[in-house]
Amino acid sequence: MAFVAFGSQAPTKDQNPTKGGRVALWLLLPGLFYLALFFITPLISLIITSLKQPSLSGGIGRYDLGVEFGNYAYAITQYAPQIFRSFSFALLATVLALAISYPIAYFIAVRARDRPLLKGILLTLVVAPFFISFLLRTFAWKQIFSNDSLIVNLLKDVGIFGSDSYIIGTNFAVVFGLVYNFIPFMTLPIYANLDRLDLRLVEAGSDLYASPARTFRKITFPLSMPGIISGTLLTFIPISGDYVVASRDFLGGPDTAMIGNVVEANFLRIQDYPTASALSVMLMATIVVLVSAYVKRSGTDDLL
Amino acid sequence: MTKFSLGKFLLPTYVFLTFLFLMIPIGYTFVFSFNDSIKSNIIWRGFTLDNWLNVCDQADVCSAFGNSILIAVTATLIATTLGTMIAIALVRYRFKFRSATNLLLFLPLATPEVVMGAGLAAQFLDFGWNKGLSTVIIAHVMFTLSFVVVTVKARVATLDPALEEAGRDLYASPTQVFRRITFPLLLPGILAAAMLAFALSFDDFIITQFNSGAVDTFPKFVYTAAARGIPPEANVVGSAVFLVAMAIVIAVQVRSSLKQRKLSK
Repeated sequence: MAFVAFGSQAPTKDQNPTKGGRVALWLLLPGLFYLALFFITPLISLIITSLKQPSLSGGIGRYDLGVEFGNYAYAITQYAPQIFRSFSFALLATVLALAISYPIAYFIAVRARDRPLLKGILLTLVVAPFFISFLLRTFAWKQIFSNDSLIVNLLKDVGIFGSDSYIIGTNFAVVFGLVYNFIPFMTLPIYANLDRLDLRLVEAGSDLYASPARTFRKITFPLSMPGIISGTLLTFIPISGDYVVASRDFLGGPDTAMIGNVVEANFLRIQDYPTASALSVMLMATIVVLVSAYVKRSGTDDLL
Repeated sequence: MTKFSLGKFLLPTYVFLTFLFLMIPIGYTFVFSFNDSIKSNIIWRGFTLDNWLNVCDQADVCSAFGNSILIAVTATLIATTLGTMIAIALVRYRFKFRSATNLLLFLPLATPEVVMGAGLAAQFLDFGWNKGLSTVIIAHVMFTLSFVVVTVKARVATLDPALEEAGRDLYASPTQVFRRITFPLLLPGILAAAMLAFALSFDDFIITQFNSGAVDTFPKFVYTAAARGIPPEANVVGSAVFLVAMAIVIAVQVRSSLKQRKLSK
């Protein structure tokens, strides 16, 4: 995945990899062992916890090992709206973020290609939001759209908004916040891809009397597909598990909770670990299905 | 005659407006760091420098910020070391289980934070480990490691193996080759990776919330404070971090463009 959009991209040299043997092993082992211990086994812990049953000796937050598939049934029936909301919010926000980001990425990569200064400034501005806590940014939107804010009052005065209308706490506000937070994640991979677009191909299209729209549809867009897929994954996956934007203290309300909000509440507040784990396992399973479709398409070497 | 191209004006205007939109919350946070607020920082009450001069009047903000820095520095050092080693191995050596290794490195990038956070917390619970500074650091190294690998790997791929060969031809030992040739050439990539790891760790909230126990970090402080209103001192910390980070990014960009100009002369 093209994460590294920044900096001068020196041409890659043929590395002619040698047979590794012991050196490669010692270089790889510590890091891979670390991931096995603190990434893979936690996923197994999650599955085990999702099947636990309440401890016979009682007590809040105490569970015994078991094979209680009922936890999954309970999680699905109890939290169906939140599950549905997570994926529909994620889908909607991803599509919107793509629509907003593509022209920006295109502009920086193609139109500003021969103007390094402009390109540098624009890229800096794309990543600028990363440098200020996303919680602060999300909270800023909450205040901007709060009930007595300038914007909401203006909308009411003009008559677009009824006097009892509000923005914060609605599905609109949550999707808005999600889209805002993830525009850079969508823009960067598409930019990195379009930056390598061979403009002679586009030229060839217009030489053959294709209209600009047709050239874009037949050449530029299909070639940028890998960037679009990276950006889509980088946006959809984090959004599906997010719970800050939809939280009541930020842009959400009583009816905007997503899977993440339920996992947080169950795990950290009411200590219902099995239900929280069952929901996490289902979320992970969905993502794995999505990602394996991606891997099938492009193989594992392109992943990183 | 040239056709009037709508795209010629429409696209730049669109880009300009979208960037303006992206900057709104940043500007808002910055402006409200100067607000002379009494209790909550919602209504503008007038300009003051007091929040900037006495950030630590809000002792919680300051200690949470200190914790965040401590965690980010430690996690960055560990993750950068482990990640650089993996990156070198991936580019330079052929070995079995290559696709399994790629997959293992990719998965953390494709896992929602809430799953990693809850999973690790479930494991700490099973092991009976108390959550605290060490568990947060463990968690941060875990989720930043793959980002380091991706970043350094890109740099390793641009190295010319002939340079190291030249070193070996001149009877340098493998350690000397690494210290005098490989490492200095990789340094820009390693530094970029370290900066990325630091930024990711510093800004992380979800994984941290699941694995930090009573330890407060800056994002955690903001999340908790949001229920009753975020104090302007938090805006000060956020804005200050933003300014420092932007200064670094701009400095790096200016430096690399100066270098390029020198090279092209």
